[in-house]
Amino acid sequence: MTTDPRLNSKLREAFGSSPFILTKFDSFMDWVRGSSLFLLQFGIACCSIEMMHTFAVKHDLDRFGAGVPRASPRQADLIIVPGTIVSKFAPRMRRVYDQMPEPKFVVGMGSCTISGGPFHKGYNVVKGVEEILPVDIHVPGCPPRPEALVYGIVKLQERIINGQRSPVTVDPYELEKFGDLDTHELIEQLADQIAENDLVMRYNWSDSP
Amino acid sequence: MSSTPASSQKNIVGISKNGTLDYTKLEKLLGPLVLQKEDHVNAPAFVIRPDSVEEALTLLRDEAGFDHLSCVTAQEYEDRFESIYHLRKYDSPQHELGIVVPSPKNNPWNQSACSVFRTADWHEREAYDLVGINYEGHPDLRRILLPDTWQGHPLSLDYDQNKPQLITLQEHENPLRDTDEENTMFINIGPHHPATHGVLHLKTVLDGEHVVSVDPDIGYLHRCEEQMAQGLNYRYQIMPYPDRWDYASAGLLNEWAYARAAEDLVNIEVPEYAEIIRTMGAELCRICAHFLAVGTFALDIYGDFTAIFMYAMRDREIVQSILEDLTGQRMMFNYFRLGGVVWDLPEPRDEFLSKIQKFLDKIPAGIQEYSELMTTNEIFQLRCVGTGILPPDVARQYGVTGPVARGSGIDYDLRRDDPYGYYENLDWNVVTNDGCDIYSRFLVRLGEVEQSAKIIGQCISLLESWPEEDRIIQANVPRTIKPPADAEIYRAVEAAKGELGIYIRSDGTQQPARFKIRSPCFSNLSTLSEMATGGLVPDLIAALGSLDIVLGEVDR
Ligand code: SF4
Repeated sequence: MTTDPRLNSKLREAFGSSPFILTKFDSFMDWVRGSSLFLLQFGIACCSIEMMHTFAVKHDLDRFGAGVPRASPRQADLIIVPGTIVSKFAPRMRRVYDQMPEPKFVVGMGSCTISGGPFHKGYNVVKGVEEILPVDIHVPGCPPRPEALVYGIVKLQERIINGQRSPVTVDPYELEKFGDLDTHELIEQLADQIAENDLVMRYNWSDSP
Repeated sequence: MSSTPASSQKNIVGISKNGTLDYTKLEKLLGPLVLQKEDHVNAPAFVIRPDSVEEALTLLRDEAGFDHLSCVTAQEYEDRFESIYHLRKYDSPQHELGIVVPSPKNNPWNQSACSVFRTADWHEREAYDLVGINYEGHPDLRRILLPDTWQGHPLSLDYDQNKPQLITLQEHENPLRDTDEENTMFINIGPHHPATHGVLHLKTVLDGEHVVSVDPDIGYLHRCEEQMAQGLNYRYQIMPYPDRWDYASAGLLNEWAYARAAEDLVNIEVPEYAEIIRTMGAELCRICAHFLAVGTFALDIYGDFTAIFMYAMRDREIVQSILEDLTGQRMMFNYFRLGGVVWDLPEPRDEFLSKIQKFLDKIPAGIQEYSELMTTNEIFQLRCVGTGILPPDVARQYGVTGPVARGSGIDYDLRRDDPYGYYENLDWNVVTNDGCDIYSRFLVRLGEVEQSAKIIGQCISLLESWPEEDRIIQANVPRTIKPPADAEIYRAVEAAKGELGIYIRSDGTQQPARFKIRSPCFSNLSTLSEMATGGLVPDLIAALGSLDIVLGEVDR
């Protein structure tokens, strides 16, 4: 059997003359997922500037099959969280994450997403993205260089291809209905401002790491 | 709206023969309103009663030409609350005056200044939000940086940071909803949206394609910068934080704001050689920041990652690598120290300087290219010429500064008008444009890149020929710095986005008792509804892009 020469590629050569390969469906899907990540165009703080540089000329993340920023979360598999998360933004970020289709992955970029970073002591700062979303990879740095972010994403791709998945969430702050919360002094104070059905996020700062 | 009389140049009270301010005359102008006179390090201040704010500020604006309310600082003392209105003039920014309004501990209030200066609107909301002073007569006194359901005022003295807080997510309703009025529609833009340059939320009401009203909702990146600085020492610990205010690689410009305020507070002379390095580094940062502004602006207008964005990124990479050679980091430089800079130019010097020179040589052609790509494009012209109009008197009312002000023909640049660094000794121009529209703001930025290149070029030749034995990079500064108790200062520099001011009050310890940041983006952003109301939605996005905000600096 002859194939159209235009379809010849290195990969094709590697398979030899047989047009068939034998693999488990799951491994095949993992390979597909890992080799073509769509990521969310999502900027928060200083780290997002370095993230833009990672997408753009010179660093060109797309070389690794992971560099197509999508503006809508419904088209993305990967969310890079590039920056400090503050109380007002966390529920919105959770919402954006919830809108992404499964399977989805999270890369935390910068020290702010690890612990709050330089703003760890701030009254308004969430101490790391792990309090809100499950995280697959942390890239440390303030900000991490584009090379470091590329490394983090390539590591994530490796893990996806190998079928390893173990995201971590620590003591999450969830979105809950206001009516479902246990009574507390704070809840009583706010009762006339917030409707029963409104979604809320409650921060117990004293339990934060 | 009342116009600003300073431009009409009638007889302005309070100026002595040699052109400096005469504070006794100003005191006479205010007459019985003045309770007391205070001496701040930058300028004297008058203490007035909480119920005479409007009267005093109106007098000062109309009779004495103070047409720029640069900042409102609120703070709590052990025995009282206090609001400070920092006034200066667009025509001569060195003419400064503070108006101090103390109010009682159990009932912190004073009259709002909104009717005199529109910019007071946002500034007083912030003061209410963080410190808890009530501004009587304010049209819309609600929280601005923190969520509406927040409990307590975090910069007041008795705030307990460990108490739980509850934040709502009301946007889970359908983001498109019918409004009371017929034929209009409410829509949320952001806080996650590619065109908002980060986490900004615009509450917009539309009538078809037209914007009926737009209300920017900020605070999604409020990282407690002021609280951070108040818990750190002057000598070393505060300096890394300014890099993170305006993080579009404008770090050195921000560091300079803090350095200038702190150095003037404790009287440190910076050696000439260090000033030249500072000037050069700061202008490199300005170029970098303006390239980002141009690149993301193109992204907003064309809606895609086109050549202009990529070119801007390519050129930024070059500047960032130069800055990395100089400071050791690509973005968060932490390069300035009180009294100078941390180290000298990297060795081999010639190689480093010629690397910069090579970059500068390409700038004229680069600017030409950007210009051709954008200004000759019909789509671009249709979107930008004659839209997002900001007339100069409105801009002054809102305390607008930087390229946005200069794009409205306001000739205001602190590098020239309130000189610091080495700018005085160099040959360069302030770029202005009378267009008042989106297009002119864009042109001003491109023009400023050229001027910055000119400044850097002169710095390089000075550095090249500077004798080796005179290369002093730091003044002699003690290891611990303790300014005298109750010294107060407000000092500003011309950062990438405009007047970046710092107010510091010391309490005799190594840490500031109050550290207030006056962010240019904050004031500039407050003009958005003025520019966009009545226009088309895409013009709103273009207007927002032309303001070139960085949320880290808006929210601090
Ligand atoms: S880790 Fe550093 S650079 Fe990144 S967002 Fe936090 S402060 Fe900014």
